[in-house]
Amino acid sequence: MGVLVLLSIALLTVYFRESAGGPLHRTQGVGAAILRPFEVGTERIARPFRDTYGYFHGLAVARSQNGRLRAEAEHYRQLYIQNATAAHDNVQLRRLLNYEQGPSFPADYQPVNTRVLAGPPSQFEQQIVVAAGSKQGIHRYDPVVTPGGLVGDVTKVFSNVARVTLLTDDQSAVGAMNLRGASGLVRHGASPTGGTLILDQVTKDQVVYRGDRVLTQGSLAGGLPSIYPRGIPIGTVTHVGQSDVGLYKDIQVSPFVDFSSLESVIVLVPKVRSAQLP
Amino acid sequence: MAADAVKAGAILFVAALVQVTVLNRLVILGGGPDLLLLALVGVSLLRGSVFGAAGGFCAGLVVDTADLGTLGLTSLVLTVAGYWIGRYGETTGRDRVHAPFVSVAVVTVLASFGELLLHFMIGDHVSARLVLLDALFPSILLNLALTAPVYALCRRLLRPPELAELATEVRLLG
Repeated sequence: MGVLVLLSIALLTVYFRESAGGPLHRTQGVGAAILRPFEVGTERIARPFRDTYGYFHGLAVARSQNGRLRAEAEHYRQLYIQNATAAHDNVQLRRLLNYEQGPSFPADYQPVNTRVLAGPPSQFEQQIVVAAGSKQGIHRYDPVVTPGGLVGDVTKVFSNVARVTLLTDDQSAVGAMNLRGASGLVRHGASPTGGTLILDQVTKDQVVYRGDRVLTQGSLAGGLPSIYPRGIPIGTVTHVGQSDVGLYKDIQVSPFVDFSSLESVIVLVPKVRSAQLP
Repeated sequence: MAADAVKAGAILFVAALVQVTVLNRLVILGGGPDLLLLALVGVSLLRGSVFGAAGGFCAGLVVDTADLGTLGLTSLVLTVAGYWIGRYGETTGRDRVHAPFVSVAVVTVLASFGELLLHFMIGDHVSARLVLLDALFPSILLNLALTAPVYALCRRLLRPPELAELATEVRLLG
């Protein structure tokens, strides 16, 4: 037992200290490639059970969802008509101004649709493993989304697999804004399992209301370019408050993405890569 | 002995894969079941500390490789867990009906503390409230609910040792 404990500590220490291209990281990449077919197989065997659970769970909440979605559909139908006119005007005006802008979402990105192989290993690490890697053109820091909204970014890449750090991880933070011009930093809230995020560093003079949509800001932060393009949906503001002593507003955001049931995600690979992040 | 090692290895390998690909995504009441820990308890109780420590080490490596986590972290926790459950399995206490349940409850708590400590030591941001208050009790309950079927399966695949093999076992009083 002593030998195995020492071996574990040695592995832990070397892995922790070496660079991402070190021998243990490379060995882990080879191991992950070997395990990949087993993971895919297990996932396929488990899928019917998960689908059955999802079906019955969906039935249980369908009635309440139906009423809410009908009301939302009506609201969005009206918004669509207004926005279509505004978007048309926007394109015309940009053309007249010869307006230059950075990479836009989703036009300047190539989507890589991929399956989620492994869920978050524990409460400490809100990270998942996806079945696509450098062979599919994925690089570190590429944004990851679902049709619902932002999921996180790629933090480790091997040839056929990659690790994605979710927005609910302690290490994640995203420059975000609402459509009223208020901007801040979205990071995980009190309970990663509950999926609540907070919009931090929003000064008291900025306007944020409950129900506001929160999107990625896509602008420069701290001298580094944002890894997320502008306009990826993140969530809806569910609570806004402020205290006399706090510098910033207290804002809670409910994410559009259900982080507890991610089965497949889309990695956004830039069509043209700009400056390399460290 | 070799056949037992293969069977134990297969049990732990399958449990590790199911844990990584399926159960890690399952959050019930804030916690989640740990099938790998349950399988390790079964193997360790039935085959002792050497099997427990070696099985825990290898299963931990599989988990750390599959989820691209910090190599050695899960191995360390599971090696210690497997060894200590195995030591309990080498006593006469193993034959008591509640042995697997007690082992699972205790090892779930200790593994959570161990992981929390290791993550803290390598500089990860960890929330003790989340791990020890929000997630721990649901995880214990879920693990206890799964203990009986998983232990029964392990017992079926790894037959309990013969009386002659227990000559050196420790008698547990009380």
